[in-house]
Amino acid sequence: MDTDQQVIIGLEIHCQLNTKTKLFCGCSAEFQGAPPNTHCCPICLGLPGAMPRLNKQAVIYALKVAKALNLEVPEYSEFSRKNYFYPDLPKAYQISQYDKPIAEKGYLEIENDEGHTKVVRITRIHLEEDPGRLVHKTGRDRAGYSLVDYNRSSIPLIEIVTEPDLRSPKEARRFLNKLRSTLEYLEVFDGEREGAIRVDANISIKGHNRVECKNISSYKGVEKALNFEITRQRNLIRRGQYITRETRHFMEGRGITTSSRSKEEENDYRYFPEPDLRPLRVRSWLDGVELPELPDARRDRFMRDYGISVNHARTLTGDLKVADFYEQIAGVDPNLAATWVADILLGELNYRSMKIDEIPAINIGDLIALIRDDAITDKSGVEVLRTMLDHCLNKEDCPMPADIVAEAGLGKVKGGEFDAVIASVVEANPQAVSDYLAGKKGALNFLVGQVMKETRGRADPKVLNAQMSTYLDALEE
Amino acid sequence: MVNESDVEGIAKLADISISKEELGAFTSRFNDILEYFDILDQVPPGEEGVPDLGNVLREDVVTPSLSQEEATANAGGTEDGFIRAPRVM
Ligand SMILES: [Zn+2]
Repeated sequence: MDTDQQVIIGLEIHCQLNTKTKLFCGCSAEFQGAPPNTHCCPICLGLPGAMPRLNKQAVIYALKVAKALNLEVPEYSEFSRKNYFYPDLPKAYQISQYDKPIAEKGYLEIENDEGHTKVVRITRIHLEEDPGRLVHKTGRDRAGYSLVDYNRSSIPLIEIVTEPDLRSPKEARRFLNKLRSTLEYLEVFDGEREGAIRVDANISIKGHNRVECKNISSYKGVEKALNFEITRQRNLIRRGQYITRETRHFMEGRGITTSSRSKEEENDYRYFPEPDLRPLRVRSWLDGVELPELPDARRDRFMRDYGISVNHARTLTGDLKVADFYEQIAGVDPNLAATWVADILLGELNYRSMKIDEIPAINIGDLIALIRDDAITDKSGVEVLRTMLDHCLNKEDCPMPADIVAEAGLGKVKGGEFDAVIASVVEANPQAVSDYLAGKKGALNFLVGQVMKETRGRADPKVLNAQMSTYLDALEE
Repeated sequence: MVNESDVEGIAKLADISISKEELGAFTSRFNDILEYFDILDQVPPGEEGVPDLGNVLREDVVTPSLSQEEATANAGGTEDGFIRAPRVM
């Protein structure tokens, strides 16, 4: 790539920690789907005189993340107030961390666009509270106000800040995927929860001003927002225009970023140390923080223990639930299980917007056993899988593969069962037969295809090919 | 020392309106307060005093929240359990 056009990206990622209670009060953090303002108390509503009480579990989760991302934990860290006015912020300040974050200077390894290992440096991580949620209702009489729900107010967030080490939107996406799976392996984060991850991206073209792009709330959105920004910035440069250093907002629905035209003063948050909280001295706690097996280690173990390819191992371990699912059925046949889960099952689930934990592992294990034992063909296997998933999707009982095979008559056609079908196909297609006999070997594929059609894919194509050519060659004699 | 334009900026950040007439008075009061801190800065840091408490933490145990009625009781306006707030775009 033209080095003058080098893309430079840094990310700030906000993740909700899955503690039972909020960061500074005992209100339940399980607020999804609850009526508005039912998970609130004087602390998270910011009522006068209410004092924050720090959740120990959130601190331990932050330390877990710090250890997994190879960060250093300073002897001393503290909370600060970030002051600004917005209706989702009841105290008119957010309790965050400023110049003394809980951890600094770490890294996470990802794969770059060329497939090599790349180290992405993490500048810092810090703890802060989530603001409430604003709902903008439409309608003429509602133009003057917003509705606020403080259920989310004070949910613990961890903000992870990277150095500007990322070089393409794809790389940024890969970093986020790796981060997400690491946090899920640590069991501090539930990535499936709506709004559980929010990203701000700093993006520039080498030698030009940096633009901060806020409000990206999905994994796909990150790549979209970055691609849009790069195109916009390159176009400006091409036309000889100046790139303004500014904050832009990503409009998820339209896939574009727009200038927020904020006044300069709005970025002055007047940070100062939070007087209602004591500092943290938790460096020594790090020794007691135990890490589970993380994605890279599990990938290497899958390759070693199950003898599967690096690509399969990477796909399977990229998601904690997928990895657990695979390990439940790997015993049937490690390679077959890897192929069926990584290459087929995940796509079929995605097509139906299903999650892997919606299907019992034993059903997929049995399916793989049928394929391993040559009881059904691969093609029938896919059909069985689809039938099974469609049943699960409709919240019916998930049928066992063997029952689907019996019911749909998908059992592999054995030996002699072919003969009658072959004979009838040969009789019905004299032109193809004479083409074959005249040396056009391609005609064989057509005839085999006809038999496959008649037997609805139950025939093993390899066996069928041999049988058909034997049959045809015999005609010649 | 702060000057009048500093005070104007701070007032804007704090969302407080100060009239031209008040500006001079606030500026001198600000400077008075800063002088008190200069005096405090001269006090040598003592060995005794406030104990350096760290790690004041709470266990992750759920405690009851307020009811929706209680939570929204002080709001200027409500709608379907939400609190009405001025629109900010
Ligand atoms: Zn609360």
